[in-house]
Amino acid sequence: MLNGFLRNSKVRIGLGVFAAFLLLALLGPWFVSAVMHTTPRTIDYDALGQPPSAKHLLGTTLPGSDVLAQVIVGARGSVFVGITSAVLATVIAALVGVPSGFLGGRLDHGLTAFTNLFLTLPSFALTLIIAGYVQGAAWWVIALIIAAFEWPGGARTLRSQTMSLRGRDFTVAMRMLGESKTRLVFAEVMPHMTGIVSAMFLRACVAGVFAEAALSFLGIGTTGSVSWGTIISEAQGQSAILNGLWWWFVPPGLCIALLGTATALVNFGIDEISNPRLSAANRKLMKRFRRAARTAEPEVAR
Amino acid sequence: MTAPVLEATNLSKEFPVHGRGSRGTTVKAVQNANVTLHKGSIVALVGESGSGKTTVARMLALAYPQTAGTIRLNGAEVSHARNAERSYFRQVQLIFQDPFASLNPLHKVRYTLGRALRIHQRTLRGKELEEQTLELLRKVNLTPVEQFIDKFPHELSGGQRQRIVIARALAVRPSVLLGDEPISMLDVSIRLDILNLLAKLRDEEGLALLYITHDIASARYLCDTIQVMYAGQMVEGGPRDSVIQSPKHPYTKLLLDSSPDPGRSLRSGDTGLFDVADDLGEPPNLVDPPSGCQFHPRCPFAMDECRQTFPERTEFPDGQWAHCWLHQKDRGHVLEGKP
Repeated sequence: MLNGFLRNSKVRIGLGVFAAFLLLALLGPWFVSAVMHTTPRTIDYDALGQPPSAKHLLGTTLPGSDVLAQVIVGARGSVFVGITSAVLATVIAALVGVPSGFLGGRLDHGLTAFTNLFLTLPSFALTLIIAGYVQGAAWWVIALIIAAFEWPGGARTLRSQTMSLRGRDFTVAMRMLGESKTRLVFAEVMPHMTGIVSAMFLRACVAGVFAEAALSFLGIGTTGSVSWGTIISEAQGQSAILNGLWWWFVPPGLCIALLGTATALVNFGIDEISNPRLSAANRKLMKRFRRAARTAEPEVAR
Repeated sequence: MTAPVLEATNLSKEFPVHGRGSRGTTVKAVQNANVTLHKGSIVALVGESGSGKTTVARMLALAYPQTAGTIRLNGAEVSHARNAERSYFRQVQLIFQDPFASLNPLHKVRYTLGRALRIHQRTLRGKELEEQTLELLRKVNLTPVEQFIDKFPHELSGGQRQRIVIARALAVRPSVLLGDEPISMLDVSIRLDILNLLAKLRDEEGLALLYITHDIASARYLCDTIQVMYAGQMVEGGPRDSVIQSPKHPYTKLLLDSSPDPGRSLRSGDTGLFDVADDLGEPPNLVDPPSGCQFHPRCPFAMDECRQTFPERTEFPDGQWAHCWLHQKDRGHVLEGKP
């Protein structure tokens, strides 16, 4: 299964881009200081708001900072917040959804009510308010706040899947052998949900990056550090669009879009594996088969 | 006769109906069913779809609690407490109908059987575990065993999967096997193999078996005792040959007539009891079952009594019994086709 997954070209491209961003987030700051010999806040008084050139590959901001350095360092802020919030959201979704679906009864009623409550809250507005309240918080606090509003959808999905898997014959059969509940959940039910969980995780990742960018754009994200959101926010604050400084806000925007595309590609691949009818390869195969059948027909008739 | 291994008396099950306007109504899936299983013998439970056979099996397997009645294992009443259930599962195992659904597609045979062995022998590991797993595969005739142990379910055929399912049930060394239509999903050509395997387990391991089927021919092949269920009630039972050769309930007669028999040609003019009726009718709606004997709307011999009360049990000398007013009213001879 994993083999087929990695052979899928969409998945390969998606995972490749995702891995590149991850690498950027891990090594970016070191790269900027060691190779580019600059920092995102270093001001070059000779180049204020200059378009891309050999010296500044992506140009400079109006105050004179290097955009490339900012984008590279900003990856850490954005990607780390995205991944941390996604891990948290996925774990919370599993902890709420799976027991709720598997055990049923009063616990299920309680947890479902709790999930629905979070599901109906106006999440972005609340994120805004809370993030504004803890202004100047560390990046992981922002991740925590984003995760707190990201999990309910996933919990619902996992709950319904667990309910369906709990009643399947193979789970019932193992239960009737005397298998413990923990083992039933981890050995019989959970392995069937890896596809859903990974898709959920990737989606949450992008949502986290978006949310962080949005918060930074509104000026209530992490303070002091650079992220793609803060770059766009500064560009907006200093009328980059009006002054035609496109190299200032396009790179971070493209990065966010590219990360979104990468996860979408991986998710397409997961879909194709869990639902073989969606597979493009299969469709091609079917076309070839039909063509072959058409050309073969006269021979059969003869 | 020896004491029964598993005995269920007056077992009933009602499922609540969900939906608007049906609060409080129930489906009477099984009513007052009695099943007795003895060591080394096979009881067949025969009936059409929806007659409650599977519900009986699932109640006996403790998949869900009965609404009324008692289940006794080796004379002791069975409770649904968690620990009691575990020791019950060690004695009574259910074989599922669909071998394609009852094995987890993500686990190899080694894991499935190994877990089944280790649940009740916690210290089993390594070489000994492997040896016992291979022994199980040998028991269900899956040779060469070394090859089958590392297969995934999707690499096996339906018959091979059903053997794995049986091996898994045998792993706990049960004394009772409940087979819920174990061959109905299999190819006709391999059904006999599985039936012979079950017969072998009865003879060699002395298992008590409940064999649930809608196919009376396979029941005739395999079983020692046959019980017939209709609409959640046991209507007839007894030794295999008596039930099949001289059915004492019109429904059994209908079941026998509707199973294909190469000896009886369509054109021979040999009209059975039910040939006159074009429409054999349908099983009743169990939310609102017919009064009296539930078979009366479909029965060619229905009398007034049949519409009012369920008949008492009539016992026959050879151990056969039936719930039918014909015998209470001394009209049993009509079943043999005599005027």
